[in-house]
Amino acid sequence: MKILVPVKRVVDYNIRVRVKADGTGVETNGLKMSMNPFDEIAVEEAVRLKEKGIATEVVVVSIGEPKAQDTLRTAMAMGADRGILLTTDNSPEPLAVAKLLKEIVARETPDLVILGKQAIDDDMNATGQMLAGLLGWPQGTFASKLEQIDGRLQVSREIDGGTETVSLALPAIITADLRLNEPRYASLPNIMKAKKKPLETMEAASLGVDIAPRLTVVSVAEPAERKAGITVGSVAELVEKLRNEAKVI
Amino acid sequence: MTVLVLLENEAGQIRQASLAAVTAGIKLGEVHALVCGDKTLAETAAKIPGIAKVLHAGDEAVAHELAEPLADLIVSLAGDYSHIVTAASAIGKNVAPRAAALLDVQPIPDVIAIESADTFVRPIYAGNALATVRSADAKKVLTVRSANFDAAPAEGGNAEIISVAATPASDTSRFVSVALSDSDRPELESARVIVSGGRGMQSEEGFKTLDPLADKLGAAIGASRAAVDSGYVPNEYQVGQTGKIVAPELYIAIGISGAIQHLAGMKDSRIIVAINKDAEAPIFQVADYGLVGDLFEIVPQLTEAL
Repeated sequence: MKILVPVKRVVDYNIRVRVKADGTGVETNGLKMSMNPFDEIAVEEAVRLKEKGIATEVVVVSIGEPKAQDTLRTAMAMGADRGILLTTDNSPEPLAVAKLLKEIVARETPDLVILGKQAIDDDMNATGQMLAGLLGWPQGTFASKLEQIDGRLQVSREIDGGTETVSLALPAIITADLRLNEPRYASLPNIMKAKKKPLETMEAASLGVDIAPRLTVVSVAEPAERKAGITVGSVAELVEKLRNEAKVI
Repeated sequence: MTVLVLLENEAGQIRQASLAAVTAGIKLGEVHALVCGDKTLAETAAKIPGIAKVLHAGDEAVAHELAEPLADLIVSLAGDYSHIVTAASAIGKNVAPRAAALLDVQPIPDVIAIESADTFVRPIYAGNALATVRSADAKKVLTVRSANFDAAPAEGGNAEIISVAATPASDTSRFVSVALSDSDRPELESARVIVSGGRGMQSEEGFKTLDPLADKLGAAIGASRAAVDSGYVPNEYQVGQTGKIVAPELYIAIGISGAIQHLAGMKDSRIIVAINKDAEAPIFQVADYGLVGDLFEIVPQLTEAL
């Protein structure tokens, strides 16, 4: 089984971004960038499937500026075999990303594509589902457990009220939720080894796909700040405030 | 303009989050509601005021609202509609982007405000910024956050019910089973009061300290990602950027430090109470009332005092 894992370079999850003063977007210059945390989980799952002998090859792909190759190297240090970088000037929307990935799927013919369920920058939670739609493949989104049973993939999915289990024929799309696994840290020897793994770079435009954005950002604003509250000294005071001031109990 | 709103069901009921999607749909035009499953659900939907027509898909193929057959059904109906709206729920987020891709549309997820027929506000970066976006697509596919739209009332309408046929299910995707948390408590997304615990609860056993307090308040129980990651409670309790987005009247955060990703899920609550032993915890910066101390002493005292 060959597995394709798309990964995205995003502002590190520990950093709180600021809105640009002119309201055109979010200031990302000079901020620490990392692999999207859900994509790390996707890479980890693919590498584990390879370690179990279920997968034969793990290919990682990223779309974005040339620096996204750092993200691909991180994925290769975790255990992916090779990387593909599609360079673009700006960050394409999920529809465009799904169309580009569809082209990569046609070229690489993976049996399984594992993605993170959402990127923590645009919080879209859409690319995996859209790729599945474009390919006509079944989808197991928000996955917390994968098992191979009788040539099909049994997927436990996080839903609002609990867990749902579905069975998918391959090829299929999986999107990783938090509890699927705990990603490993790449060891120094593996980081060194990853530098020698193959990384192919091409311009996204060369795939002949329309990636023009459909959404125009009219403005970006800071959310309303909450007013700082007060510290109460005791449970009795808290109950009194909730009853008589906030009137919520 | 006519708007197609998906009404999800769970355990034989229409989900609260879908009632908020109806309210969002009404802001955009005449609402037709798509309901899968038992006929009685369609009858329940027909009573919701503001719904002009109920499209009922009774086929087994869509009974479990799996994304593959449901997206195909939505696409087959889409021709008549300017907007397709679902809740930003597990079902909505599963199916809406798939349907959008099949329609060659870029979906607009997690809408918190509707500015006009083509312009919407949505949070990005865990709610640290609000983006207003305008869609150039002929059809708009939206998922809306239930915390930002009032739930439509359950009674008062009398819509016509029309049967629609789903294409037969393909075998590539099969429903196997569902395990719902067995709880008499309200749904997180629609609860008036939420009692939420974090890593400070220390263990699965420790987390149960919140039960009597939640019982007393008639509250739903939530959790931070740290508490879920530590295995104290199942994932469906999670409130935050990657869990549920809530905005109750009262949110009591107990043993929760207040990571960005948690605040993203609850900072629109009307009143926030924080109980934490660390006076420097960021949760106090968003709390209306903070109490510093040992939660294992404070929570039983608070339960007693209510």
